Amino acid sequence: MTSEELLQIAETNAAERKEFDYEVNVCAALGCISQHSDKLKDALEQEAAASGKRCHVRQTGCMGLCAAGPLVRVEPTGTMYGSVQEGDAKAIVDALGGKPVERLEAHLEKYFHGQEYIVLENSGHIDPENIDEYISRDGYQALMTALTQMTPQAVIEQISKSGLRGRGGGGYPTGLKWGTVAKAHGAQKYVICNADEGDPGAFMDRSVLESDPQRVIEGMAIAAYAVGATKGYFYVRAEYPLAISRLVVSLREARRRGFLGTNICGTTFAFDIEIRIGAGAFVCGEETALIASIEGLRGQPRPRPPYPAVSGLWGSPTLINNVESFANIAPIIRNGPQWFAGIGTERSKGTKVFALTGRIANTGLIEVPMGMTLRQIIFDIGGGIPDGRRFKAVQTGGPSGGCLPAEHLDLSLSYDALISAGSMMGSGGMIVMDDTSCMVNVARFFMEFCMTESCGKCVPCRTGTAQMFNLLTKICDGEATHADLGLLIDLCDMVKHTSLCGLGMTAPNPVLSTLRYFKDEYLEHIDNKRCPAGVCACSSKVRTEEEVTV
Amino acid sequence: MSPAVDVKTLVIDGIDVSARADQTVLEVARENNIFIPTLCHLDGLSDVGACRLCLVEVKNSPKLHPACVLKVEEGMEVTTKSDRLLHYRQTILELLFAERNHVCSVCVVNNHCELQSMAQSQGLTHVRLPYRNPKLTVDASHDRFVADHNRCILCTRCVRVCDEIEGAHVWDLMGRGIDSLLITDLMQPWAESTCTRCGKCVNVCPTGALFDKSKLGSDHPKYPDFLPYLNMMREVR
Repeated sequence: MTSEELLQIAETNAAERKEFDYEVNVCAALGCISQHSDKLKDALEQEAAASGKRCHVRQTGCMGLCAAGPLVRVEPTGTMYGSVQEGDAKAIVDALGGKPVERLEAHLEKYFHGQEYIVLENSGHIDPENIDEYISRDGYQALMTALTQMTPQAVIEQISKSGLRGRGGGGYPTGLKWGTVAKAHGAQKYVICNADEGDPGAFMDRSVLESDPQRVIEGMAIAAYAVGATKGYFYVRAEYPLAISRLVVSLREARRRGFLGTNICGTTFAFDIEIRIGAGAFVCGEETALIASIEGLRGQPRPRPPYPAVSGLWGSPTLINNVESFANIAPIIRNGPQWFAGIGTERSKGTKVFALTGRIANTGLIEVPMGMTLRQIIFDIGGGIPDGRRFKAVQTGGPSGGCLPAEHLDLSLSYDALISAGSMMGSGGMIVMDDTSCMVNVARFFMEFCMTESCGKCVPCRTGTAQMFNLLTKICDGEATHADLGLLIDLCDMVKHTSLCGLGMTAPNPVLSTLRYFKDEYLEHIDNKRCPAGVCACSSKVRTEEEVTV
Repeated sequence: MSPAVDVKTLVIDGIDVSARADQTVLEVARENNIFIPTLCHLDGLSDVGACRLCLVEVKNSPKLHPACVLKVEEGMEVTTKSDRLLHYRQTILELLFAERNHVCSVCVVNNHCELQSMAQSQGLTHVRLPYRNPKLTVDASHDRFVADHNRCILCTRCVRVCDEIEGAHVWDLMGRGIDSLLITDLMQPWAESTCTRCGKCVNVCPTGALFDKSKLGSDHPKYPDFLPYLNMMREVR
């Protein structure tokens, strides 16, 4: 493969697309497929063939607003249709070239306003299983540039200069991590893509893999060149069957086009990727547990140091990055680090993909520049709280994060700002809650999650989470005393500081952050045996007693 | 003992000590008669850093570090005793006592139990946490040994000794979190497993979870000190 051939593929693909007057793009990511967008696509294809119009019906990745799915976008007009059913296919095809179907039109200007696409630039615009469409949108140019014009050191320098920080949640500087692996001694090195996304309410990585898998493969290949690795692994959770099947196709296509294998882009660089499927353990998102799982061992973390950058997979230096981190690499190489560093805040550069869920009008996937406020995300892009209810809290960072109340709505998003507010960036799940949620119950939910997902290796996490869960249940049931609350706070501090891995260290965060901002709710449960939101068992108990007295 | 290893000097609890660069803080501390509590660590087995009793403070580090896997560094200042560490250690022991059914008065290793003596050495007088009282099984199928899961603290010493020293890897864990359970082979009864009957697991078990049937009703001391000697002989050979 040379850059001329790359250009040729892009031109051929563009010419093929010009043969059609219209393009009907149907979202084929999991959210829309669950609403039968696959059948919709078949119906659209039949109608298009019957109508005789020069129309290309195509499956694409996620278009963002999952709440309005299945989504259909018609090009060249850019008309968006939402909640399209199989029976609407004829109306859409008939409307091609004329007035759009009014009843189906989705008005999403406000939803897309303020979003900035880097990671999701191709999502919803290309067929994820067609590598040529990715190439036609500047795909693999970055890998070509890196391999033919840059030294590995230069690649690392570009990534460092861009200010990219790990998108898996920790926010470790990506360039620094790459540099460490590059400097580590070892004949064999590995690159691993962590796609074991397990936070409740998070689906960013799944969506990226389903919508634009080639972008992640390209990022991994560039990383492998930079650190000197020849072998890569995708660690994908088994709960993402569509992402896995798209990855299988994409890896095959990338090999066919010569972007994986030996003599990549006509150079001596060799690199290939294998897929490893998780077995349903959240803790395997922790890098040392992930490595153990790939090695075929029990998915348990081990003490660090040694860090995987020095001694990782089978004792070799290993680079582990998250899906979204790898998805940022190609644009940085293509557009230069200054371009990337120009987006975002001083210490958090670029954009971040968030999965908006919970009590919010526009459930879906968004990508916004760092530094945007929570208010803009929730009320402008997200469309606010439905049913006229009051905003109560937003939970970020999954079970490791925390709940932020209304007073923090004007917090501008960055790794450091979220941590100082008692939460964290996390991988990008954002669960919005209104006044029908009980914060003690929310804390209890996340503690239950940590308890069942604890691997059981270290004592504080294994039995501490179980004890904390029992105490929270007691509070929810209206049976706790102030001594129980004191014990809970004591255990939170102890588990946070003594656990072996990140799961245990951050397991108390949902409790600590709700205690910080919603302590009155805890006290209401304890003192008055009443749940202000009417969610917990104690409130129903009180009600039945009242009914009895009446 | 390779001669090419560097020597480092560090401070533990205000005492200047020297160490080989490949030593852990725990090893150096013990050489210098500084006591750091441990349960999952055993001389002669690999370290897993699971019990968290050996956590120590290191100057200029915000985190606590498990001494069993913490390699020495030049100029390091380690504190092994503080009110905070004592409180954490006591809480860990409380968590262990409340996790399963530890009733010393009816236990075969009463007075020879590492969990019991650790509680005494750490000044644990009572358990603040509610006991979980789980219903667990006892595997007495083996003709010589018994596995009583009620007394197991999941330190995995038996798993490691069986794998690393005996080379049989009969023991392992199943389940996760609070439901973790020690199993023989793929959860066969101990008698039907590939057990070699060597008895090492019984001797390294810090509690009465694994015990010798013949010692029922009598004194049951354990002798886990054979491992460093076995390892040394293996290296010599």
